[in-house]
Amino acid sequence: MMLTLGHFLTLGAMLFALSVIGIFLNRKNLIIILMAIELMLLAVNMNFVAFSYYLNDLAGQVFVFFILTVAAAESAIGLAILVLLFRNKASINVDELNTLKG
Amino acid sequence: MDAKTGLFYLFALVLLFAAFRVITARNPVHAALYLVLAFFQASALWILLKAEFLAITLVLVYVGAVMVLFLFVVMMLDINMEGVRKGFWKHFPLAASVGALIALEMSAVLMGGFRLSEAPKSAVVAGQAAAQYSNTKEIGKVLYSEYLYPLEIAAVILLVAIIAAIALTLRTRKDSKNTNPADQIRVKRGDRVSLVKIKATQAAPVVAAPEEKT
Repeated sequence: MMLTLGHFLTLGAMLFALSVIGIFLNRKNLIIILMAIELMLLAVNMNFVAFSYYLNDLAGQVFVFFILTVAAAESAIGLAILVLLFRNKASINVDELNTLKG
Repeated sequence: MDAKTGLFYLFALVLLFAAFRVITARNPVHAALYLVLAFFQASALWILLKAEFLAITLVLVYVGAVMVLFLFVVMMLDINMEGVRKGFWKHFPLAASVGALIALEMSAVLMGGFRLSEAPKSAVVAGQAAAQYSNTKEIGKVLYSEYLYPLEIAAVILLVAIIAAIALTLRTRKDSKNTNPADQIRVKRGDRVSLVKIKATQAAPVVAAPEEKT
């Protein structure tokens, strides 16, 4: 049995579905939501790398490189906002973040 | 089933297990550590796909930097897990149905759409199999010629992230005795020294001599 593109795409789909379920389950815990977003990006990157290998095109890997850059920036700013939030509200519960509600 | 397929199934199973534990772990430190495990498995899978540079970058950047940042933040914050975990299983039916929907849709696309089943057998891949082929070198060539402007934009994004993260979390402590250098430079002589005119010589006050009584 050969390793096909379908194997990797199925793995990416399952990983993505798992992280969506994680966002739904942990909808109050901001830090687990950030981790689930990282998992989602990992699933997408998996698809990119698999396509890059099976279509024999290096552009997919370059795109994964840029996704890694943006994801690192995103998690750094997200965690900074999280620390600031915890300092001001002493909680990371998403339900308590309703200050902007009219 | 060759060894490569077996390795794929091993890494994929551990990756899915780690992802499952990330979203169900009771302790956020455990979730972060399982996420590290997931990144290692993904890196091994990318090595199976001959993307060595990205695999090593994933370990260096994610495990070395981002996950350490996550662990620091998790350990710094005193999170009340009972309040956060409340209603965890209440949302499970909705979450399961959405997840199943996504998985079904994606598998429908995969079953119907992709006939790209074999590994590439073209001449370029045969050339890649040679010992001199370097994945990092090829990516570097493309990155610094064709994708030069995106690379610079990525660098600017990283700079923005650095400045934003510092600006968000920086705070001045009230009890620390620091000086403001800008105020020190801007100070004038008149703010520090004030000249008072005093006569150089001054007559001694005349004290009236007590009258003697006879």
